[in-house]
Amino acid sequence: MRLVGSGIPCRQMVELVTDYLEGALSWRERRRFERHIAGCDGCRAYLEQMRRTLRVLGRLDEETISPEARDALLHAFRDWRAEAR
Amino acid sequence: MRVRPLEHKPSPEADADAAFVERLRAGDEAAFMELVERYQPALVRLAQSFVPSRAVAEEVAQETWLGVLNGIDRFEGRSSLKTWIFRILVNRAKTRGERESRSVPFSSLEREDGEPAVDPDRFGADGAWSSPPRSWEGEPEARLLAGEARSVIDAEIAKLPPVQRQVITLRDVEGFGAAEVRDLLDLTDGNQRVLLHRARSRVRRALEEYLS
Ligand SMILES: [Zn+2]
Repeated sequence: MRLVGSGIPCRQMVELVTDYLEGALSWRERRRFERHIAGCDGCRAYLEQMRRTLRVLGRLDEETISPEARDALLHAFRDWRAEAR
Repeated sequence: MRVRPLEHKPSPEADADAAFVERLRAGDEAAFMELVERYQPALVRLAQSFVPSRAVAEEVAQETWLGVLNGIDRFEGRSSLKTWIFRILVNRAKTRGERESRSVPFSSLEREDGEPAVDPDRFGADGAWSSPPRSWEGEPEARLLAGEARSVIDAEIAKLPPVQRQVITLRDVEGFGAAEVRDLLDLTDGNQRVLLHRARSRVRRALEEYLS
């Protein structure tokens, strides 16, 4: 592994990943970041791992509600409707 | 071509929200239960980052739904219905969290957290990788989504400091945008990015350890 011309060491690249993904880098920083990624297998793998992590995080929310909570909310709704009307 | 009124931003989401709001106001049980099925697990998940136990989180989520019903006449559609519901939860969970624990405000503690994203031992003296991460391209999606990997991630999220946990839950699990989360949690953009960075870095690291 080398500094691959961008001048940013890998140790610093991993701290820039979120700013990069959030679009918070300046145009110049972004180019340096991308130039480094293009020439560094380690940082490319790191960025890919981070993207993969985000995809998995986005799938965590596929839970279902417990029957008890569902019943409790159904009753709460009926009470509310009885009072409100 | 017809000209649309400017004050209105028509979108499929806004139309779907408006339909739900009308049905709720009319006392439509099916509409309410559909929302409950959709958001209750997420509300409990988020509430857990504010209060000390799952049981209290479930209570807060239930109170949130009562808040939704009692406030539905005042919903104006300035935010999405989802954001509005989550805002009610955040307000209630904050109040409840403050009542349940008398600890120092979390955000002041988290400011000091300067932990690096990656163990410094994995870099050489020049700052380049000495022990680079390996590619996950060969990892089947199924392995990453399996129950075991999910519990690794859940456990790691549970260990995060509260505001980091709130940010990653809202941004990455629930898919809210940066501006919405900034408003919901009252954070600056820079602070949100720092918290998100720490949280994501730790979850990635936990997954990497699990897969190695
Ligand atoms: Zn690198």
